[in-house]
Formats: sequence, structure tokens, C-alpha cells
Amino acid sequence: MSTTDLNQLQQFCKLIRRHIVEMITEAKSGHPGGSLSAVEILAVLYKEVMRHDPKNPHWPDRDRFILGKGHACPVLYAIMAECGYTPVSELKTLRQLGSIYQGHPDRRFIPALEASTGSLGQGLSIGLGMALAARLDHRPSRVYVMLGDGEIQEGQIWEAAMFAAFHKVDNIVAIVDYNKIQLDGWVKDIMELEPLAEKWRAFGWHTLELDGHDLEAIRSAFAEAAATKGRPTCLIAHTIKGKGVSFMENNPKFHGTAPTREELALALKELA
Amino acid sequence: MAVSTKYELKLGQATREAFGRALVEIGRENKDVVVCDADLSKSTMVHYFAKEFPDRFFSCGIAEANMVAVGAGLASSGKIPFVASFSAFVLNKGFEQLRVTVAYPNTNVKVVGTHSGISIGEDGPSQMSIEDLALACSLPGFVVLSPADEVAMGAFVRLAASHVGPVFIRAGRPKVPVVYSKDQKFEIGKAIQLLDGKDVTLMAHGLMVAESIRAAEMLDADGISARVIDMPTIKPLDEAAITKAASETGAIVVSEEHLVDGGLGVRVAQVVSRTRPCVMEYVGLENTYAESGSPEALLQKYGLTAAKVAEAARRALRRK
Repeated sequence: MSTTDLNQLQQFCKLIRRHIVEMITEAKSGHPGGSLSAVEILAVLYKEVMRHDPKNPHWPDRDRFILGKGHACPVLYAIMAECGYTPVSELKTLRQLGSIYQGHPDRRFIPALEASTGSLGQGLSIGLGMALAARLDHRPSRVYVMLGDGEIQEGQIWEAAMFAAFHKVDNIVAIVDYNKIQLDGWVKDIMELEPLAEKWRAFGWHTLELDGHDLEAIRSAFAEAAATKGRPTCLIAHTIKGKGVSFMENNPKFHGTAPTREELALALKELA
Repeated sequence: MAVSTKYELKLGQATREAFGRALVEIGRENKDVVVCDADLSKSTMVHYFAKEFPDRFFSCGIAEANMVAVGAGLASSGKIPFVASFSAFVLNKGFEQLRVTVAYPNTNVKVVGTHSGISIGEDGPSQMSIEDLALACSLPGFVVLSPADEVAMGAFVRLAASHVGPVFIRAGRPKVPVVYSKDQKFEIGKAIQLLDGKDVTLMAHGLMVAESIRAAEMLDADGISARVIDMPTIKPLDEAAITKAASETGAIVVSEEHLVDGGLGVRVAQVVSRTRPCVMEYVGLENTYAESGSPEALLQKYGLTAAKVAEAARRALRRK
């Protein structure tokens, strides 16, 4: 990645973060922490990695992204809007009656979304169905599913993990946004996931650990996933919940609490 | 004794067998038809499909939640997945996935539950499905089907594949009497009148259709004229047929191999209470699970017989 590209992507991430805190403040509810932790990963996916065309959202050969942790939809909405799928001007209608930006991703309101999620644990299975369909039809499509760390406490995730390796689904990538905090507190205090990489490896996945805010590391992890044949890839992205806003970072309160107007002003100052 | 009707009711295939065979036929015609199985292919009869189309058959292991959502993903990419298991497992263990990945985004998934009702027999209540129709009907947008015999099942598997949207098809384990001739026409949402009558209407689905025909013969011997209507589509209901039966016969008995709570009967009552109130009786499982036993013994013990349907009709007539 050239310095210019890197710089542009960093600026893009800041823009997305500003959208996130503004949208959620306006909505007076939502999930800032897990949206901010996923910004770099989604930015790299949508800006560099995925084959997609906002003007032709149902292109059969497109790559697909599913946000398993649907509550982090502000990051997805902001990125899709900035990519040209949906109006940027309406981002601030998040969670209001009639808004296309529903509280959790809803295909009825944004047909370009690949899945309606929100009930945790289901996105990976849906993605596997799409990956198998692409394989049957000899299409080049790849499927990317972002999972929350709390989300993978759901048993269905491990049903899907077994299924993916058994069927040698190598056109799917699971990304765990491992920000270490879930609604009630620290993951390690609610239901410890460690040893996490060993779990995915034991389930037959090619597994990488990376800094989920390091753009170069994210890019190279996706390249390694694309080069991995015969088995699925899991990227365990170590991230910081609330990343980019000092008082939200590693603060369980901002899993599901909207900033106040005063907090928004402070946040925007940091994200300028 | 009973007068003879045009129905011989000779024992035919199990509806699960007819499902498995029909699936192969539509698989030959449409390469987008795919199948997901949860280690029951030899029981649900999707093994016929697996043998002929191994690339389009996905073994999911004993993991119904994942299976249903994989089906949703396949459907989202243009496939027509038939997701099959015992009714008890796919509806109960997969219900959340049916809700969030199938019903709510309206994905084109076909869910097939076999071994429905109590006629699975010896395996007992953990394998029996007595609440599947209540669950399936609670999912907005779902079409819910319960074919009575091999002919109806063959036709409805085909109709389900061509219908765009989620469908649940209920199938049974034991062989059941053949009600229909090969040339019978079926339509989603249409009831089929099997016998005309003016005193009372006997409505049913699944294996209770044949029992209702037999009940009509018993009633006829007593000079009671019973109309028999098969309701293979539990949702959406044929409201016109129900209203017509209510106004022309003034009494309806609904019989089903399902809990009375949440079954066809209460759905029919909902229509009748709005359009043409009439006397109603219900034959089904009353707030209970069944037990192990032969299918015949269980149907007898839990009152799912022609005699019980006839008895319910007489009760209704006394209140008319």
C-alpha cells in the first residue's frame, strides 16, 4: 500500500467514525463501541478487497459481506453510504420510523444488504449457503462474515464452523471483531473464549491473528485468506471497543449507549 | 352398515416416500433445486435425491439451526433449497433461524418436516411433532401445507418448488390410504371437497382426511349427510370454502393429528367467527403429549379415528 493510499484510507476511517458517532447521537440509542472497533476492517473490505458495484448491487458475481453482529450496523451503513449504495444525507435518520437505516440490518429497507441480521449467531451459516451456491454455479464470489466476540458464544457458530471445514468451503472468511467487551462487561468475565485461535484451528479453519486497526495487516490477512485453498479462513482481529474516541475506548458503557451532545462534540474534536 | 363411497382408501405410500420421489423428479427438471439434510436422509427419503445429485445435496450433520440458515444463504443466491428433517427437529431446533433467516427476509426456502404427528409411533414424544403447524403458521409469509396422501404430496412438492417464498410441508411416517386419483388438480390455498353433504362438514388434513371420509360413511348409515373437505393448505386458508361450509351445513368438525391448540381447527374457527358463526367441534390432541406404541394403537388411544370424528359430528349436531 502506498503512503498516499494509506493516508486516504485513514482519512476515510475517520470520516466513517464521525458518521457513526453522529448517527447514534441523533438516534439517542445504538451501539457505538462495536461499530468503532470494526471500522478499519470494513474500510479495507469495501475499498480494496471486495468485488462489488454499488450501481449493480445484485451482480451475481459480487463478493458478499454479512454483518453477523448486526447491532454494529452504523459502521456498515456509513460505509455503504460512502460507497454510493444509499444516501449519506439520510444517515442521521438511523432508527427512526420509516428510515432505511433500521436498528439492525434489514434487507426489506436496503435490498443491497446481503442478510437481515441482529439475532446473533446466524450470519456465518447464511454466508456458507451463499458460498456453496457460488461454488455450484462456478462463480468467483467470496463471502466475508464479521462476527462479534460475544456472538461466537452462540452454539450455531460452531455448527457452522464444523460445516465449513467439512465441506471445504474456501471462499468464505470469518472475521472475529475481538474487542473483548460484550453487553454485560468483559468477555473473559461473561464467557471466556480463549484459547480462541486454537478453537478455530481445531475446527479445521486456517486461522490468523492480527491487529484489527492496522490497515496493512488487514490487507495482507485478506490476501492470505484468498490464497488459502481447501479450507475456510478465520481472521481473529484484535480490536479496541470504541476505537478512536478516547472516552469510549475499552469502556463497556459504550457497547450500547448513545453519546450525549456534549460527548459528541468531544468525539468529533478527536476525530477531526 | 356404512354406505360405500367412491373412495376405496387402499393403503398407499407414506407421504415422506412420495416427497422423496417427487424431489428427485423436480431435481431433474430444475438444477437450482438443492437439498440440506441433518443425518436423517434415509428417514426423510431425501437419500433418493442425494444418490442422483450428490453435488446438490448438503450433509449438515445433526445441526438443524445451521442447516436452516445455510438454506437461507443458498436461497439468497438463487437456489431452491429443500431443508428436511423430522418436523419436531426442524421446526423446534430451527425455529429461530426460520424466523430470522427465512420468514423475516422472505427467503425462498422449502422446509419439509417428516414423521409429523403421533403416528411415528414407538419412538415416542421427543420425536413426535404435535405443534409444528402452530409454529409454522406463526411465521409471517409462510405457506403451510399438510398433504393427505401420496398423490397430494407429489403435487404439493412441485407447487412448493415453483412458489416463490417460504413453504413448510408436513409429511408423515406411516403408509396412508390413497384418497386422490392421479389426475386430481391441486392449488396452494384451495380446499378440496371430497364428499358433499348438508348436515355437517368434516374438515381435516393429513391422515385424518381418510378418517373423515370413513366417518362420513358411518354418519350416512345414521341418515346424517356429511360434507368432507380436505384442507391441504393450512395457511393461507381457503376462506371461501370455510364460509360456504359454515353457511350451508351450519356445523364444522375439524380433525387433525396435531394439538388442538394452534392447529387447523382454531384457524378455521377464526374465519367462521368473522364470516359465518356456526357450531364447531375439534378432534386432535388435547393439551397433552402422547407416548410410545404402534401408530394404530396411539391413534386409537388419542382419539384420532373415524369413530371419534363421527362422535364429534353428532355432538355438533345436537348443539346446532
